[in-house]
Amino acid sequence: MVEPLVSAGRAPVEYNEAIVRKFIIAAMFWAVVAFTVGVYLASELSWPQLNFGLSFLNFGRLRPVHTSAAIFAFGGCALLGTSFHVVQRTCHARLWGGDALANFIFWGFQFFIVMAALSYVMGYSQSREYAEPEWHLDIWLTIVWVLYLLVFVGTLMKREEPHIYVANWFYLSFIVTVAMLHLVNNAALPVHWAGTKSYSYFSGAQDALVQWWYGHNAVGFFLTAGFLGMMYYFIPKAANRPIYSYRLSIVHFWSLIFIYIWAGPHHLHWTALPDWAQTLGMAFSIMLWMPSWGGMINGLMTLSGAWDKLRTEPSLGFSVTAVGFYGMSTFEGPVMSIRDVNALSHYTDWGIGHVHSGSLGWVAFISFGAIYYLVPVLWHQKALYSARLAAWHYWIATLGIVFYISAMWVAGIMEGLMWRAYDANGFLQYSFSESVVAVHPFFVIRMLGGVLFLIGALMMVYNLVMTARGRFADAAASPPRLAGGLAPAVGD
Amino acid sequence: MPTKIEKDEHSGTDTTGHVWDGVRELNTPLPKWWVWVYAACVVWGFALFLLYPSIPYGSGYFHGLLGYSSRVEAMKGVAEMHARHAADMDRIASADFATIKADPKLVATAEAAGRIAFANNCQPCHGAGGEGHVGYPALGDDVWLWGGKVEDIAATITHGIRSTDADARNSQMPSFGADGQLTAAQIGAVADYVSTLYGIATPGPDVQKGAALFADNCAVCHGDKGQGNREVGAPPLAAKVHLYGNDRATIVAQITRPRMGVMPNWNTRLDPATIKSLALYVHALGGGE
Repeated sequence: MVEPLVSAGRAPVEYNEAIVRKFIIAAMFWAVVAFTVGVYLASELSWPQLNFGLSFLNFGRLRPVHTSAAIFAFGGCALLGTSFHVVQRTCHARLWGGDALANFIFWGFQFFIVMAALSYVMGYSQSREYAEPEWHLDIWLTIVWVLYLLVFVGTLMKREEPHIYVANWFYLSFIVTVAMLHLVNNAALPVHWAGTKSYSYFSGAQDALVQWWYGHNAVGFFLTAGFLGMMYYFIPKAANRPIYSYRLSIVHFWSLIFIYIWAGPHHLHWTALPDWAQTLGMAFSIMLWMPSWGGMINGLMTLSGAWDKLRTEPSLGFSVTAVGFYGMSTFEGPVMSIRDVNALSHYTDWGIGHVHSGSLGWVAFISFGAIYYLVPVLWHQKALYSARLAAWHYWIATLGIVFYISAMWVAGIMEGLMWRAYDANGFLQYSFSESVVAVHPFFVIRMLGGVLFLIGALMMVYNLVMTARGRFADAAASPPRLAGGLAPAVGD
Repeated sequence: MPTKIEKDEHSGTDTTGHVWDGVRELNTPLPKWWVWVYAACVVWGFALFLLYPSIPYGSGYFHGLLGYSSRVEAMKGVAEMHARHAADMDRIASADFATIKADPKLVATAEAAGRIAFANNCQPCHGAGGEGHVGYPALGDDVWLWGGKVEDIAATITHGIRSTDADARNSQMPSFGADGQLTAAQIGAVADYVSTLYGIATPGPDVQKGAALFADNCAVCHGDKGQGNREVGAPPLAAKVHLYGNDRATIVAQITRPRMGVMPNWNTRLDPATIKSLALYVHALGGGE
């Protein structure tokens, strides 16, 4: 598609929007899958009879379906799609490598997701959290990922802009680091070249350390750096305001990627991991607080002078709230990494709550913001089908998150306190089963929070489909973006 | 493309002069508070390096100025709680049950130890109040397989049932149907007879045949009146409580190919004082003899 407007003296560029549209559709599809499976798992935890004695409905097999669908399928498609959009627009260049290569990356990634999910429910797993797929799927993902890196870097190399925009630094750090994490953590020897089973190169405490170096940096580079890249483009675009501080973006970018990579051992406090490694993980986690908040400051302060846009731009509410949850989670994380706090929080549902304030509040909301903004742009519509419906989505989903994370805070702290309570005789005050009974009501509230989040996502899907079909429900209530001085597809 | 530094009207700050797809950047200096908190966190981090075990080198690591060890810290807490009951538990381990029951302080300690040991180890199978589940005996009633005296209960917990322990409670019921010792019709007849022992069927023609078969095949373990035999853990059949259920199909299945439960020998997992406390706790659930 040719941009409707370009700056003087610059030839218009025909961007590859089809690939971005594909990834956005896939992202919404996988979002609904991930949230549905999540609600089912939350129900199983409340009412274990929902296993129905079927192996493929077992919590242990469904859980990686939920986490992989949420992180890699929904989050991954949102990241790949928006990165292809952002890198083209901010480089003023069509995607490098041709459409066939881009399409191969799309279908190759979808194939990986489907095969991974199928292998989990059939009982194949490396038993490495967030890296469950076996070796043959890992090799396939490596091929797809390296091609993705080539396309992204190729587009950067042929850019017409003199500088590389900050969003692209974050996207690039995400792509490069995830490649490294994937290769090291999945270093394994297959039992047979034609079989699915493999054994890790690492063993014992080293294995645990490598796994959590991977796991923590999947959070750091997939779920943080990648989505910060998203934030750095879509917030200034939707608010039509300059980024608050270029200097802050430089300092917090380099601080974040240098410090994040060392913080993994905080997942292994009070274990066989040597104390020196635990201390390093804790100290780097504390030092990570401000580098994380640099992104929050830049996101929120960019809205300075444009807060009124929250009333007219449906995507901004999601983006801003996402940055708020990001700030909260990146403060909570360092606190939980302190060894003595971790003694209370580790293995409890506090961890689950922390992860979901990050994944629902930050990752999903920043993606929702980007997608609400992008769909009218990509399908060349003047506005969203219904800003009112998006507002309903916003409030229902926000309520769902609040249900979820407050239930998990209460449940987690209760578990932590019950597990460490001793009676006057020096015996444990509570059995493990008693703590399970005690948290049951909060598990039900968590499930209800998930239901609200899922309902919101279904409303979003409806809204986006109607938008793509060129319908407008509340044209009067929601003035087209152009009225606010914002042309979605304008490059200047 | 030439850079053109502009002044942002709202903030009065200069832009960097770069524009990407309409996005500009302000050249705002780093927020002061951010720099100071960042610096403070770095100082905090380096203080942790100094105070706690941190920097590795070759074959060892710097142990830190505080000489901290998470293992020592954890064991300190364990030792502190252990000290609260160590003296009592030592006496429980060496004393016989009559002596323990005569000392209220020991009884109180044994109750506390038995309660939590039961909740964390026994409850998953036997239920929170010892109410039992299908295949897992109820402990709160007066029907006992291997004996309901506190010494019997302690022996069962210690060595287990059909466990790997040499002194395990051990017995095997033959597979009368699967091994062809009785025909299906004969098994049905025995089941009819056993149903009368349960009090859920009335005597009839099959029952007479069943009674004869019972006398030949079953009475040796279960007793001629189905009263059971604790020497071999043969369940009393003329009781109101049954391990696997009391309907005819269950009885037939049990005679054809019996299920025989396994309980671990807890002597490899719990110390003698805890096992004795558990025995006292289970004995007090309602059925102790």
